[in-house]
Amino acid sequence: MSDTLTSSDLAHIAKLVNLSIDADQYDLFSSQLTAILDFVSRLQEVPTKNIAPTAQVTGLTNVYRDDVVDQPRILTQKDALANAHETHNGFFVVPAVFE
Amino acid sequence: MEIKALTIQSALAGLRTKQFTAVDVVGACLTNVKKFNEDYQALLAVVDEDVLMAQAKDIDATDYSLPLSGIPIVLKDLFTSDGIRTTAGSKVLEQYVPVFDATVVAKLKAAGAIIIGKANQDAWGHGSSGENSDYTPTKNPYDPSRVPGGSSSGSAAAVALGMCLAATGTDTGSSVRLPAAFCNLVGLKPTYGRVSRYGIIAMASSFDTIGHITKTVYDNALICEITAGKDAYDATTSEIPVPQYTNKLDIKLQGVKIGLPKEYFGLHGMDPRVSDVTRTAIKKLEDLGARIVDVSLPHTSVAMACYYILVPSEVSSNLARFDGVRFGNGRETFGMEAKRRMMIGTYALSSGYYDAYYKTAAQIRTLIKKDFDDVFGAVDVLVAPSSPTLPFAIGQKSNDPVAMYLSDIFMCPVNIAGVPAVNVPCGFVGDLPVGMQIIGPQFGEERIYQIASIYEKETQWYKKTPKI
Repeated sequence: MSDTLTSSDLAHIAKLVNLSIDADQYDLFSSQLTAILDFVSRLQEVPTKNIAPTAQVTGLTNVYRDDVVDQPRILTQKDALANAHETHNGFFVVPAVFE
Repeated sequence: MEIKALTIQSALAGLRTKQFTAVDVVGACLTNVKKFNEDYQALLAVVDEDVLMAQAKDIDATDYSLPLSGIPIVLKDLFTSDGIRTTAGSKVLEQYVPVFDATVVAKLKAAGAIIIGKANQDAWGHGSSGENSDYTPTKNPYDPSRVPGGSSSGSAAAVALGMCLAATGTDTGSSVRLPAAFCNLVGLKPTYGRVSRYGIIAMASSFDTIGHITKTVYDNALICEITAGKDAYDATTSEIPVPQYTNKLDIKLQGVKIGLPKEYFGLHGMDPRVSDVTRTAIKKLEDLGARIVDVSLPHTSVAMACYYILVPSEVSSNLARFDGVRFGNGRETFGMEAKRRMMIGTYALSSGYYDAYYKTAAQIRTLIKKDFDDVFGAVDVLVAPSSPTLPFAIGQKSNDPVAMYLSDIFMCPVNIAGVPAVNVPCGFVGDLPVGMQIIGPQFGEERIYQIASIYEKETQWYKKTPKI
């Protein structure tokens, strides 16, 4: 199996991942992403029936911390806002969701 | 003083016997920064000279009893550093100045290290050459027309150029070991979970490991003793105690069983000159008493495909957090490779494709991990080439993502399995360095350091510094 990505596929993926693709980059991305998909398609040749997937390799499960406030780790409001482009009364200004 | 030929071990000895001061060492590093950074582009940020000299003077007022007293270190730009601009090599974070330190950075500072600056890199860790830096590519100190390897490109170049005595790196698929191999340095990819990821800008969270690059094995082991260990801020770190690696480096190779994965040595496209150098190195290990046996990692041929589904999937999720609101610029400032990886990952995770791509790759990860588990039942370590080629020319692979991905063919499987590996310099072709990997079982850092150390004592390739 190997998929070819059309321009409309690309537009759909870009929307899902919140990226804007320049019009003149569609062809380049289509061909490069298609080449990558072609390369990874060899995975389909490996029998995987009844093989459990691996999401992590540590073997650790249910790692908890004490449910207490970790004061030194908490940023001050000033520090938390230090890198924001725009603030208002000590808050982040975010893009409007509703007009 | 000449930093290019100085190790941490000899610097500490010199400081402790009053042959020179931390001010001398830091000053000599800054001289090299001024001399070489414009041509080689190793560093993206340098800490103010007055601040560094004040820190060095404070250290000079002590008895140098800390494990890294006065040792100048460069941080890869994925390492969050309080008050020092941290860009991840990306324009998205061009103005980002963090307000906290990564756990590893805090540990290095507490151990007496002096942070000189931040190293150039492939943006977000995406790359094998340094050419995916959103700023400018780093050049190889052994031949400036060639790449230094990536993604920790500036880290390796900075050590080789004498701008510091060690540099940190991250290794998600090759990013410490490949630049170490291309710049004649020792680079550790620790076991996943050995070193805290807290404060390291994430690439692929189930693959990222936090390593470092030094000239010698002793120096490398010394830093690992400091950075490794359980961290309450990273739930994937292990409780397993951290050995004093530097006290255990001297062993005999008699009785040690070294496996050569046959799939790695029969690779089509392998440069025969790199093969020859690697074979000579393996012969040396055999002469030193090791038993060499052929082994098989049967799923090697699909490891890269597996990697290039799972890692971009995790990348797309991690980079989704960069929205330009709390810090950083907007998503339009991502570079081409980050966009490619996010789109591939999003596609592999999207409805209708998840089972065919992500789930299949996660199942194959199980098989690849089992390959390594099985083989470590029969041998102590594996030895393999680090790269199929010599350091390649700048521009040679930059327009062909798949060709670039295949630079890491001997390295990515190690990250899929989560086991540790160290690159050790093993010779030269002309003036270009060749590295080999020693790969161990989970938490087998001690054993791979031991074997690397014996080989290094016999060969001392690290003494061949760049002709600059």
